[in-house]
Amino acid sequence: MTATLFFVQALNGLQFGLILFLIAAGLTLVFGVMDFINLAHGVQYMVGAYLVAAFSAWTGSFGWALLLALPSALAFGLLLEVLVFRHLYDRDHLDQVLATFGVILFLNQGVRFVWGAAPLSVPVPELLSGSVEIANGLLYPVYRLAIIAAGLVVAALLYVLVNHTRVGMLVRAGASNAAMVSALGVNIQRLFMVVFGFGAMLAGFAGAMVAPILSVEPGMGDNILILAFVVIVIGGIGSIRGAFLAALLIGLVDTVGRSFAPNLLRLVLDPAAASQTGRAIAPMLIYIFMAAILFFRPSGLFPVKR
Amino acid sequence: MNGTIKTLGLAAAVTLAAAPAMAQEKLKVGLLLTLSGPSAVLGQHARDGFQLAVKDLGGKLGGRDVEVIVVDDELKPDVAVTKVKGLIERDKVDFVVGPIFSNVAVATHKPIVDSKTFYISVNAGPSNLAGKSCNPYFFATSYQNDQNHEVLGKVAQDRGYKKVYLLAPNYQAGKDALAGFKRHYKGEIVEESYTPLNTLDFQSELAKIASMQPDAIFTFMPGGMGVNLVKQYRAAGLADRIPFLSAFTVDETNLPAQQDAAIGMLSGSNWAPNMDTPENKKFVAAYEAAYNAVPASYAMHSYDAALLIDSALKATGGKTDNKDALRAAIQKAEFKSLRGDFKFGANGFPVQDFYLVKAAKRPDGKLQTEIAEKVFDNYTDAYAKECAPTN
Amino acid sequence: MTEIAETQSAPATSFTTRFEIVPLVLFAAFAAAPLLATFSGAEGYVLSLLTRVMIFGIAAMALDLILGYGALVSFGHAAFLGLGAYTVGILASHGFEDALVQIPVALLASAVFALFTGAISLRTKGVYFIMITLAFGQMLYFLATSLAAYGGDDGMTLASRSLVAGTDWLENDFTFYWLCLVCLVGAYALSRSIVASRFGRVLRGTRENSVRMEAIGFQPFRFQLAAYVISGMMAGLAGCLLANQAEFVSPAFMTWQRSGELIFMVVLGGLGSLHGAIIGAAAFLLLEEFLPEILHASSFFLGEETRAHLAENWKMVFGPLLILIVLFVRGGIMGLLRRPHHG
Repeated sequence: MTATLFFVQALNGLQFGLILFLIAAGLTLVFGVMDFINLAHGVQYMVGAYLVAAFSAWTGSFGWALLLALPSALAFGLLLEVLVFRHLYDRDHLDQVLATFGVILFLNQGVRFVWGAAPLSVPVPELLSGSVEIANGLLYPVYRLAIIAAGLVVAALLYVLVNHTRVGMLVRAGASNAAMVSALGVNIQRLFMVVFGFGAMLAGFAGAMVAPILSVEPGMGDNILILAFVVIVIGGIGSIRGAFLAALLIGLVDTVGRSFAPNLLRLVLDPAAASQTGRAIAPMLIYIFMAAILFFRPSGLFPVKR
Repeated sequence: MNGTIKTLGLAAAVTLAAAPAMAQEKLKVGLLLTLSGPSAVLGQHARDGFQLAVKDLGGKLGGRDVEVIVVDDELKPDVAVTKVKGLIERDKVDFVVGPIFSNVAVATHKPIVDSKTFYISVNAGPSNLAGKSCNPYFFATSYQNDQNHEVLGKVAQDRGYKKVYLLAPNYQAGKDALAGFKRHYKGEIVEESYTPLNTLDFQSELAKIASMQPDAIFTFMPGGMGVNLVKQYRAAGLADRIPFLSAFTVDETNLPAQQDAAIGMLSGSNWAPNMDTPENKKFVAAYEAAYNAVPASYAMHSYDAALLIDSALKATGGKTDNKDALRAAIQKAEFKSLRGDFKFGANGFPVQDFYLVKAAKRPDGKLQTEIAEKVFDNYTDAYAKECAPTN
Repeated sequence: MTEIAETQSAPATSFTTRFEIVPLVLFAAFAAAPLLATFSGAEGYVLSLLTRVMIFGIAAMALDLILGYGALVSFGHAAFLGLGAYTVGILASHGFEDALVQIPVALLASAVFALFTGAISLRTKGVYFIMITLAFGQMLYFLATSLAAYGGDDGMTLASRSLVAGTDWLENDFTFYWLCLVCLVGAYALSRSIVASRFGRVLRGTRENSVRMEAIGFQPFRFQLAAYVISGMMAGLAGCLLANQAEFVSPAFMTWQRSGELIFMVVLGGLGSLHGAIIGAAAFLLLEEFLPEILHASSFFLGEETRAHLAENWKMVFGPLLILIVLFVRGGIMGLLRRPHHG
């Protein structure tokens, strides 16, 4: 395996990791600040993708579709907050899990009801549709570089927002002790809504960004939800910094591991056994990785709570 | 859409009302299909194909009024087993038609054939059901799973490709697909790459393909996986340099999402919507009018399944109680299949022609697969000889 | 977490006869069902559905033992179902078809897996525990999908049900039904006595305040681990039965969605009453089975095609139903049964 191939795989890992980060950021804030387990966060990613698919079919332009999809995703998140989630904040985690699972069932079936079961497609925007040649014959799509750029920009914005604004300060304070923030006279209900809507919009943004490269289909949020949970648990719940680091780690471990595990195993096993074991181990890698991290750091890499 | 539903309902109601007050009981057919989850679209094609056939036959099969009971196996084998028991014992169906997925077929095979109910597969054709575990109550209007893959192996061999890269999901059907490809392909295989099931991002495999520069790639990526792979393959600039051979990847269930990215890609199949027979033209037009989609082979198989049941019942005078007579009538397959030549082998699987098909855009802007060349003539599956039809 | 504490402390403090009626009625209903099944004209279907309910009842009860009494939310309990099922399948494919061999091996395998994963998982708390159990469940799932010799992702069909001391008694659906009922009642009685014992009290004490338990000389870790192992073995037993019921073994038995469904069964029925978990399993499975038909039947005023459309989209009704249950029926179905008591 050449160095260029490794470099390309690292880029892929970075891109996957950044998408995971966009989803995990909202999840970790909602969880950290409100102590609310939102399984329906994955369907917000799906809804973002469907919105951009619907709007781009309507307007014929990805840019307009993205501009329309973001406020719609925000509005949709707030609608869910008012209708369902608001009534669950003072319930225990299990009730939250059950009710938000109900939301998943409803919405997965709901998008099928509205758009049909067949996967939808979103064309890659004209401006970003080409590829750049990284090495001889190795093309890398410009759109994926754009995802990486967008992910990094959002991460930087989040960093500024959380660390250098008043709302960010409240969010940080809320993550470490929500009761205290409330006692100090902050309208915690409004803070919750802001955090929630913002998280929903980030997940919707992630869905919108991947819509042109992945297929838009019912249930697309389910598996990524589990990965987002893996990310926030490794990173430490409520920690944006932790989520960022963990998302990139998971992205790299998954992509690079899938690509190179069989090759590494070939050093110790014969080729047939190596490829068989490699296939078995590759999908397990991130879970082994998480179990190992939790074994040594039972509250994740950057624990926030007291 | 709503309008068609209403007219359909109306048509059904009218045929029901018009039915003569004959004493004969309604014929019951259970459709066992995957209708939820990411693969639901495959089940929908099969369901719509069957219902279209029943409608075309005037709401009757073999002269008897039909009740079609549709159940969703949720792609969970154990759920499917319970649903099948409900179909057989509660609804007392005369036929079970389905399923899409092989794991469901393997799990439900035993309870259905044990109850001496005829099981007609409209897609799944796992190797053991064609070979060692073949059963006189099991028929398929589709194919044995390996056969579409064998088409591409043969093509790769005939075109003299020296190095081929293989890519499939890491599950049994994926391994079978690659094994099917290798039955006729004897050249070098530069890599057999297995990705976790439901992988949606193939960038890391594409990077490998680009660096290895094979003469062609062969892949089996059903459903959403196929949509993504094709779009990403095109975006990585590989589509024009390295031929893309596949099965169950570029078909009418995926083409609406793959769009232009799939044009020109090659597949193996026993049929294509542009097949030039009067029956097929009528079928495709009627299907598109009713469901606003180009039918995939799943729809064709289940349309044929309804024709098959119709023909068998006509031969027995509508009776289903003499199982041996009914089986003999099914085995004869005296109906005009949409794909042209069709007969059953001794194992209950079709002996039929296979084609290389190519994805293309029609003048009306819709995409479909079109026949490029015939690869196998009257082709029998590789497992038929393992079937000893005595039990 | 106040809600958990409230619903769970009830059975611990008030063993009034009132609550004992529920399990009695429940088991009586299960015992009477086969008689009714013969009249329904579809006895095989009714029996297989109820057998499934009892099997998932055992698994949900196993989860309730650690979830309801120990507040240990295992999000990987389907792994034990799969472990039990695969033990049966793998042993059968090598010629060991007797349940008297299969079940002990399955229990041992489940115990070893629970001991190993529990020892690691219990180092963490709360949501971290949820996620680490999920991780172990996923590892076992992917291991099963890579077992090419045993069907890989497709799973494998069993040639027949397990033998019992060389006889094929279990081929009879009624006999198998009774076996499942005996297992269910046995598991219930065992769990009841565990909960009522000193061990059970320590476990509940750990749930309420593990620091205090430690201060008075108990080691919470050991008690939790023992409970986790017992729970895993019970779920493993359910897995053995499930393989026999479906006559089929598949990685689909241990997806994370399955683990989630087990949690829902427990919460739906009501935490920490054991028989609540059985009721939850019954409610969940029966709804899943009959909701499409209920929708179809209750919409008789609509056109046939619309009705079929409605029945097909039953999950759009099931989802909101779950939400409504959570929002308005505190403490699950058992909470509903218990409500007049408070009023």
